[in-house]
Amino acid sequence: MSQTTYHRALEIMSDICIGCSHCMKVCPTEALRVSGGKAKIHVDWCIDCGECFRICPTRAIRVMDDDFKHIFDFKHRVLLVPSVFYAQFDENISIEKIYAIIGELGFTEICAVEQSVDSLLNEENEYLKNAVMPAISSFCPSVIRLIQVRFPSLVDHIMQLLPPIEITAQYYKNKFKREGIPESDLGIFYLTPCIGKIAAIKSPVGGYASPINGVINMDFFFNKVFLAYKQKLPITQTVKVSREISSKGVLFPTTGGESVHIEGKTLAIDGMANVIDFLEMLENEEIEGVDFLELRACDESCAGGILSHRNRFLIANSMKEYAASKPEKHNLTEDYKKYCSAVIHMEKIEPRSMVKYDRDIEVAIKKMEGARELKLLFPGIDCGACGAPSCEALAEDIVKDQADINSCIFLRTLYEKRGEMSLEETIAIMENIWGKDRFIKKK
Amino acid sequence: MHLEYNVEGGDFTRAGFASSQIKKTLKQLNVDATVIKRVVVALYEAEVNIVAHAYRGVIYADIKGAGIQLRLEDEGPGIADVDMAMKRGFSTASREVREMGFGAGMGLPNISENADNFSIETTVGKGTTLNIEIKF
Repeated sequence: MSQTTYHRALEIMSDICIGCSHCMKVCPTEALRVSGGKAKIHVDWCIDCGECFRICPTRAIRVMDDDFKHIFDFKHRVLLVPSVFYAQFDENISIEKIYAIIGELGFTEICAVEQSVDSLLNEENEYLKNAVMPAISSFCPSVIRLIQVRFPSLVDHIMQLLPPIEITAQYYKNKFKREGIPESDLGIFYLTPCIGKIAAIKSPVGGYASPINGVINMDFFFNKVFLAYKQKLPITQTVKVSREISSKGVLFPTTGGESVHIEGKTLAIDGMANVIDFLEMLENEEIEGVDFLELRACDESCAGGILSHRNRFLIANSMKEYAASKPEKHNLTEDYKKYCSAVIHMEKIEPRSMVKYDRDIEVAIKKMEGARELKLLFPGIDCGACGAPSCEALAEDIVKDQADINSCIFLRTLYEKRGEMSLEETIAIMENIWGKDRFIKKK
Repeated sequence: MHLEYNVEGGDFTRAGFASSQIKKTLKQLNVDATVIKRVVVALYEAEVNIVAHAYRGVIYADIKGAGIQLRLEDEGPGIADVDMAMKRGFSTASREVREMGFGAGMGLPNISENADNFSIETTVGKGTTLNIEIKF
């Protein structure tokens, strides 16, 4: 994996990538290009949203996670399960059955990620009394990274409070400490529906060190649990289940599940394109009188999480039904208030700007002027045949010496028409971008 | 770098287009976020002023390493009393304009506060030109 200052959750497996460029077209920060017939990622621009992973037809994009066997390094193995996980299953499979299988697979204790939501919401309402308005929820890690990269002027709006997963993990750490169990015996694992959360835990924003020992991908774990169910794996282990969760907690990761409990004028916006549109307006100061923004990168929020496999509307509906069976309050809320907090150890969130042209502004202006002139030469259809996501992106790459003007198929056709370029030359360019194999006749 | 945008009087649905474009440009140039904010606030106010009060106008932007120079020239009624217009809360905007959320009368002082240099040239019955300079 390529190392940068930021931990990344995604990796392209070149041997599987067919260079179809689907990922390049959906990347919200234009961090992908195709060359040599393979997708390449600009690591500093990646925000771990997982849109590329979602669209990849050959599953060539891998989500980095921790080796499952790693859980057995610990005597006590706690799995923090998000409510969206249970909603991945058909309603006929009881939650008790799922608990038993999780225990059989190796965990000694299960708890809902959202157990901390009730105390967190109290802290949020308290925090919002003195916050920069509108405050932006700190729940969705892709939104935080999007703001850092594309909307650095808005970082002050991000709530400096920990998300539920971190608070629940803190609670467990504290609980085991109170029970006198050595820290090295306790492994806290998080089952994640989302790629952004992996990076968020490995290198959290705000300089906070997470007590979570490992992250497990929800799609991988779903397969494991469902296979055990299908093969009727005998249950020989017992697992301790903390059943305390409120209806608020269950619904927190769904659209509106947070904002509905926040005082004042609030908006819930889901889907990357919708979030970007709104942040543009907020940055232009066109938004007035809004106190709180619940922004979620995925359509239908975590129900549409990247590692969620079932239809997102069915998931959201299952979560609503599950919530209806839960009380409004749960019995551990007071304990949470006593032993943990969302406000500790959180430093100011730093902008993480993406250098488009150059750090030196004079140089940047020159390059930008060059790119603007180049753009006028291009057809403006954003076909992607050059290996860049748009004509504008190609122009930018050219002035940064990362691409050649002849990469544009329209310009090449023009040069050929004028007799300035040979057929061999244009073939060589296409092969360079899309790989030699593409231009061999298949039987 | 030189940029130019035409602004039509009365076209509120497109008001803010030039501000958005210039914002995008400055972000790509890695200009400090707080400076961009000042540019956008000042320019957006000025752009909406053309839409709300003038018949048409042109926004010229000159971006150099040291800062941005904005010139907004409009053909319109002009400002009869510039001192009065510079007062907070003073507005001649029509009721329709105010109902759209524009025209709270904070425009000019707000522009001035965000600019490093600000000047108005106006001729009643002909039009107004604003010069706004913001240093990087």
